[in-house]
Amino acid sequence: MATIDLHTHTSTEHHDDHGHDHAHHGNFWTNYVFCEDHKVIAKQFLITGMAWALIGGTLSVLFRLQLGFPNADLSWLKPILGGWLTPEGKIDPEFYLALVTMHGTIMVFFVLTAGLSGTFSNFLIPLQIGARDMASGFMNMLSYWFFFISSCIMFISLFISTGPASGGWVIYPPLSALPQAMQGSGLGMTLWLVAMVFFIVSSLLGSINYITTVINMRTKGMSFTKLPLTIWAFFFTAIIGILSFPVLFAAALLLVFDRSFGTSFYLSDIYIGGEALPNQGGSPILFQHLFWFLGHPEVYIVLLPALGITSEIIATNSRKPIFGYKAMVGSMLFIAILSFVVWAHHMFVTGMNPFLGSIFTLLTLIIAVPSAVKIFNYVTTLWKGNIKFTAAMLFSIGLVSFFLTGGITGIFLGNSAIDIQLHDTYFVVAHFHLVMGSASFFGMVAGVYHWFPKMFGRMMNEKLGYVHFWFTFVGVYLVFFPMHYIGIAGFPRRYYSWTNFETFSGFADLNMLVSIAAIMTLAAQFLFLFNFIYSIFRGKQASANPWNSTTLEWTTPRLPGHGNWPGEIPTVYRWPYDYSKPGSKEDFIPQHIPYSETPESNLAHENDLIKLEMSEDAMTVEKDHTH
Amino acid sequence: MEKSVISEFKIVEEPKRPISMNPKKFAMWLFMGSVIMLFAAFTSGYIVRRAEGNWVYFDLPFLFTISTIVIIASSLTMQFAYWAAKKDNLESVKILVTSTSVLGLAFLVLQFEGWKDLVSNQVYLVGNPSGSFLYIITGLHGLHLISAIVFLLIVLVATYRYRVHSKNLVQMEMCLTYWHFLGGLWLYLFVFLLLYR
Repeated sequence: MATIDLHTHTSTEHHDDHGHDHAHHGNFWTNYVFCEDHKVIAKQFLITGMAWALIGGTLSVLFRLQLGFPNADLSWLKPILGGWLTPEGKIDPEFYLALVTMHGTIMVFFVLTAGLSGTFSNFLIPLQIGARDMASGFMNMLSYWFFFISSCIMFISLFISTGPASGGWVIYPPLSALPQAMQGSGLGMTLWLVAMVFFIVSSLLGSINYITTVINMRTKGMSFTKLPLTIWAFFFTAIIGILSFPVLFAAALLLVFDRSFGTSFYLSDIYIGGEALPNQGGSPILFQHLFWFLGHPEVYIVLLPALGITSEIIATNSRKPIFGYKAMVGSMLFIAILSFVVWAHHMFVTGMNPFLGSIFTLLTLIIAVPSAVKIFNYVTTLWKGNIKFTAAMLFSIGLVSFFLTGGITGIFLGNSAIDIQLHDTYFVVAHFHLVMGSASFFGMVAGVYHWFPKMFGRMMNEKLGYVHFWFTFVGVYLVFFPMHYIGIAGFPRRYYSWTNFETFSGFADLNMLVSIAAIMTLAAQFLFLFNFIYSIFRGKQASANPWNSTTLEWTTPRLPGHGNWPGEIPTVYRWPYDYSKPGSKEDFIPQHIPYSETPESNLAHENDLIKLEMSEDAMTVEKDHTH
Repeated sequence: MEKSVISEFKIVEEPKRPISMNPKKFAMWLFMGSVIMLFAAFTSGYIVRRAEGNWVYFDLPFLFTISTIVIIASSLTMQFAYWAAKKDNLESVKILVTSTSVLGLAFLVLQFEGWKDLVSNQVYLVGNPSGSFLYIITGLHGLHLISAIVFLLIVLVATYRYRVHSKNLVQMEMCLTYWHFLGGLWLYLFVFLLLYR
């Protein structure tokens, strides 16, 4: 019985290899553009994401110029901004709102959702679970190209004469629903919605593929308990995405109907210039419910992959097994579940029933528990480790730091009473930029430094990485820490200028400091960009496993081809965190090394597993006979 | 030594591979999960909005009841088509898949006629959100049903090319699942709209 199965299996693998050879000789279009190979698609996502990150970062510096130096003459920016500068050389107030909106949209969706999940889920899932490619290469390719179309539409919207969407990245109606409300609510908002529809399609295609691959394509021996934490993180992220993005789609669809077909889902009793609009019976709060039902899980869509990447990097570079593997998985699952039942903490001040508010406060505060578990596990993994301070490691530790500082303010904000004072102030801005923005960004950068050798076969420059890290780390704290004070003082976010309020004149110098730090932080990213591009072509050649890591991707050749492993896919025998195992010769034992080869370091129960392994070995040898 | 061990274990049962099912079918289930979330969003939005008052009540047209019967009938024909395919009875498969598609089209026509009845009852897309919700929910379900009819036609063409038979049922099974799913979804929506008018 078993032999028959094996035969068919071998023959299909042969067939696969043939297909891969074919693809090798494909033309430029099939190899680099409409490619179905997960590694190429990952790089496409990464590079598009980096381009977006630069655009998003530049936008933020533009509005920081306005906030930090409200009286400065910016007419030197005329060549770039053109009509968006007032004759006095100031940023146009409506364009300021557009800048804030597009900064948020770009960073949350295009950089930290597509750029982070798209890159690392695509790159790491097949490599770490031992699969030749994703479950459906075609869907994967479609996922990127839908993202690309969405990117193009969003990019074009930056250049239209009425400006891009300006109602904030949360696009609350009625501001976003009425083209009369502001310039950005016209064509810019339409393009935003169209771009997001494509984005949602891309994200769903990607997520369906990730989950299918993780569940169905694992190599022999790769049980769920042997999955690296990165894969767990990507897996949960994809599930959250599948459950929450359709809801954003529903919210956006109803908004489209309100905007273009005259329905009144979100509109009621609105007077413009003394004239009543015909729309009756809608509720703008309904939009907020639908939006935040996506919006809050979205925070974890952004954060979980970064946490997974960090787990992997911290364990590898501490040369210690991750502390509390099961607790790590459990806390991620718990966070994923809780992410769906806390959305209304974004809406405490919408006139919600105070009793409901306390329930959401309670649920929100519970998130602190799994989050704290994760932080403790990172720290205890580092504790007494043989720490190697690679650039990736520094960024991972940076992530833990931001996750902690940003997380603590979350406990304040999750409280419906304190939220009355803090809602929509710079305190909120500081909170989510640290805990979600910077933390996820650091996870992404750490991932690039760590997996660059596998992506491009070369090493990135470590020294430049250190400089990049310190400038970014210090820069991020300089930008966001003062914002807590500004926020407690009551500065509302998204305001163009505070000069009209006597109360707010006291913080002008602090805002200046924040702006200077923001410019410095953005400038430091160009070091990274240089390092990245230079290393692709001129970096030091990497070995197949430069970090002495245990997971399967490091068993591939320096530049894995189509199908990832030239021969058979390795079988997995142990969990992914066998670092510094007592008795072992090396300080790491890769996942594909059977216990029978490491009698010196086996624990008692692991010796019992050897018998099971034997049978698997027999099968492998038998396979060779059929060749 | 090692060789003898190997020969000893030759007849050992195959070691456990990780649990898995056909990836395409699995992806299909995930897709249906996201469709469920889409309609869950609409129906829960509907409940929240309805609870706020200022809600114009409507009567579902009688045609929707007929269309419900039609879609249940189409699910039956589809199930029979699947059983026929399992028995390699390709002629019946062709007839049954075609009749499923026709019933599906009939459902769509009935929905559209039902909309006309709604309009004559002064329930409009533009107006009180109750009507807007009704049109959008039924319309979006209709759009999904169109995609399922396209899928049916693909299966039908595959049957004519002898690519659907008892040894090659994946496509058929996926189509069957999707069709039943959309039928079930309509039943849910119909009962929901009946209960919460």
